Amino acid sequence: MAHFTKATSLHDWLNQRLAIDTLRRVLATEYWIPKNINFLWAMGMVLAITFAFLLVSGIFLLMYYQPNVDLAFDSVNYTIMQEVGYGWLWRHVHGVAASVVFLIIYIHMFTGIYYGSYKKGREMIWLSGMLLFVAFSAEAFSGYMLPWGQMSYWAGMVITNLFAGGSLHADGLVEWIRGDYVPAQAFLNRFFMLHVLLIPLAIIGLIVLHFGALRIPHVNNQDGEEIDFEAEAAKYKAGDKANSKVIAFVNDFMSKDMMVVGIYLIFFFYLVFYHYDFAMDPVNFDPANGLKTPAHIYPEWYFLWSYEILRPFSTDVGLIAFAFAQVIFFALPFLDRSPNAVPASRRGLFKFWFWAMLIDMIVLTAMGKVPPEGMFSAIGFYAALTFIGLWIALPFITKFEKKV
Amino acid sequence: MKELFILAVVTVFTLLTYYLVEPFAHSQMHKHIESEGFAYKDLPALTKKGDAEHGKELVMGAGACVGCHGIKAEGMPAPMDAVTAAQSYGVNPPDLSTAGAIYEPKFLAALIKNPAHALMVEHKFDESKGQMHPMTSFYGAGGDLDQEIADMVAYLQSIAPKAEEVTPAMAFENACGRCHAIHYEYNLDGELHPSWTQIGEKPVFKKKQDELKFETKVLDYQEALKKYMGTLPPDLSMYIRSRGEHYIKTFVENPQNYLKGTAMPRVGVNAEAAEKIIEHLENVGDSKRHKREEVGKNVMIYIFIFAIFAILWKKEVWRDLH
Repeated sequence: MAHFTKATSLHDWLNQRLAIDTLRRVLATEYWIPKNINFLWAMGMVLAITFAFLLVSGIFLLMYYQPNVDLAFDSVNYTIMQEVGYGWLWRHVHGVAASVVFLIIYIHMFTGIYYGSYKKGREMIWLSGMLLFVAFSAEAFSGYMLPWGQMSYWAGMVITNLFAGGSLHADGLVEWIRGDYVPAQAFLNRFFMLHVLLIPLAIIGLIVLHFGALRIPHVNNQDGEEIDFEAEAAKYKAGDKANSKVIAFVNDFMSKDMMVVGIYLIFFFYLVFYHYDFAMDPVNFDPANGLKTPAHIYPEWYFLWSYEILRPFSTDVGLIAFAFAQVIFFALPFLDRSPNAVPASRRGLFKFWFWAMLIDMIVLTAMGKVPPEGMFSAIGFYAALTFIGLWIALPFITKFEKKV
Repeated sequence: MKELFILAVVTVFTLLTYYLVEPFAHSQMHKHIESEGFAYKDLPALTKKGDAEHGKELVMGAGACVGCHGIKAEGMPAPMDAVTAAQSYGVNPPDLSTAGAIYEPKFLAALIKNPAHALMVEHKFDESKGQMHPMTSFYGAGGDLDQEIADMVAYLQSIAPKAEEVTPAMAFENACGRCHAIHYEYNLDGELHPSWTQIGEKPVFKKKQDELKFETKVLDYQEALKKYMGTLPPDLSMYIRSRGEHYIKTFVENPQNYLKGTAMPRVGVNAEAAEKIIEHLENVGDSKRHKREEVGKNVMIYIFIFAIFAILWKKEVWRDLH
């Protein structure tokens, strides 16, 4: 058994029992981050803060929300929005954060792709990040069901229909997921459970895994330079902070994170108070009505690109393309055959691949929302083909990339 | 500086995506309709100056208005209760006390002359096929028809409250509230207003029996209304969020703008009354908008100060690192 002495202070008392000094050193003051980074490296902290907003606002909403098909809509739009003190604020924070979190996730993902931060030992960071993306997507979808408005109902109908697998006609599976023939009480209850318990638990677990995956390969840097972290850390600890290539997570990196977070929060709260409509579709302020299909059914903006990969094809081909789009980003570290873990700008053809992928996904996003008619369906069709084509081309163009 | 360049790239792509999925996509999904400012340009302007005294005689006498409409301002109650009226006419005819303040005069004139035309429901009420609008046209009392109609409009204006005395709730209840319910209660200036049904505000009942009797009446009214309109007109509690101000205004101005062939009539409100209807819908569906602006301002000030301190802290910490 460990030897305990009479504590000289609360700090000492805790330190003997929890080793808080060691924890602090390992997790904060001697957790080394490269110095050569830009503000995009703060997106992780921006995501953590946004997730915290979602969690806290969600807890408050949970106190008044009623997961019942007859009460859900009014519990959100009347009880929370009008009766409960500051209920409107929690809802707007929750709704806006749910949308903005995806903007930051996409920026975070494309930063990783641009700087090659998914290779050379960083594969698990990428894979755990992709699992987080999937978990956040499920969380967003299940949450979207809860106000039980027209878009909740019809998005629930359309997305669960996908599980019938087109010509496979797995209608039994669809009914099993819904707990009914159509979205109804059983459906709302289970998506409520998923949204407030199971998926948040998974997300928290995955965040721990994602952080843990960073520990051994360390954070990448702006030039893809391989850093001898031990030697540089020694330099830092010896007092030569200016010449060391690393900085401490706390306070050095944290102070830069907080600067970015501060600027981000100006943007975030501007949206919460003055520009929230983009995150809360007007159609969803009509109560769910199974007898009245809305004129246009579309998912929230962050799902539009994959929706548009589904839409331009016939049912079966569309489903296969959609399934491909859902999983293909997981394979990025293995489809990229080049040993170079440097910014895309120094990687020959991959540079064009990166910008083509980014622009193609924006085109898909736009076409996923507009009605699929005339020119728009043609653009959507070719953009979907381009998406698939780019992934097929990736192993070839990276295989022949020159070593830098 | 490199970081600013990266920020510019991120911002440009973000704004581009926003533009495409919001303003651009919505412009492709919904046609844009400009308001005419409630001018009702298709209706002829009033050319004659009305004589309210003579108008009163017509409204009470030859015009036969009070056979169906009440005028509470003159101490005349409606001839029938709301439910019986709806069962007779499809919808309860409005009390005329405030009509002169809420509706555009030339609309009132056109309505008296030919209701189906003014209300834009001629596709539903075609006299040649024997489909008569429940409000009969006024064919004149022997004099100049246009002069007589101008007199009746002048009378309605003479008994109406002044424009500034018309409250948002009054405008809504008269122009919209006989077809549309609002089941959300709302708090205005510290006073709780009950929910609105097509037959009036829902009172507070001490006995369950009385409440059920009232609800039965509402259901009877709604049944008659449904038969008349083809479908029960929607509850408008959240319309300010689901449709927004622009849509509601241009829809009220001319329902055929968006829904060709809809049974919803053009109600002919004037521009001030339209503003008041919007205000009422905001009071009901977006009641915390003033609080939102107030809190928003304070939070923005706080966050700016936070950001300044965060930037200063970063500069302080990084001084040693460069």
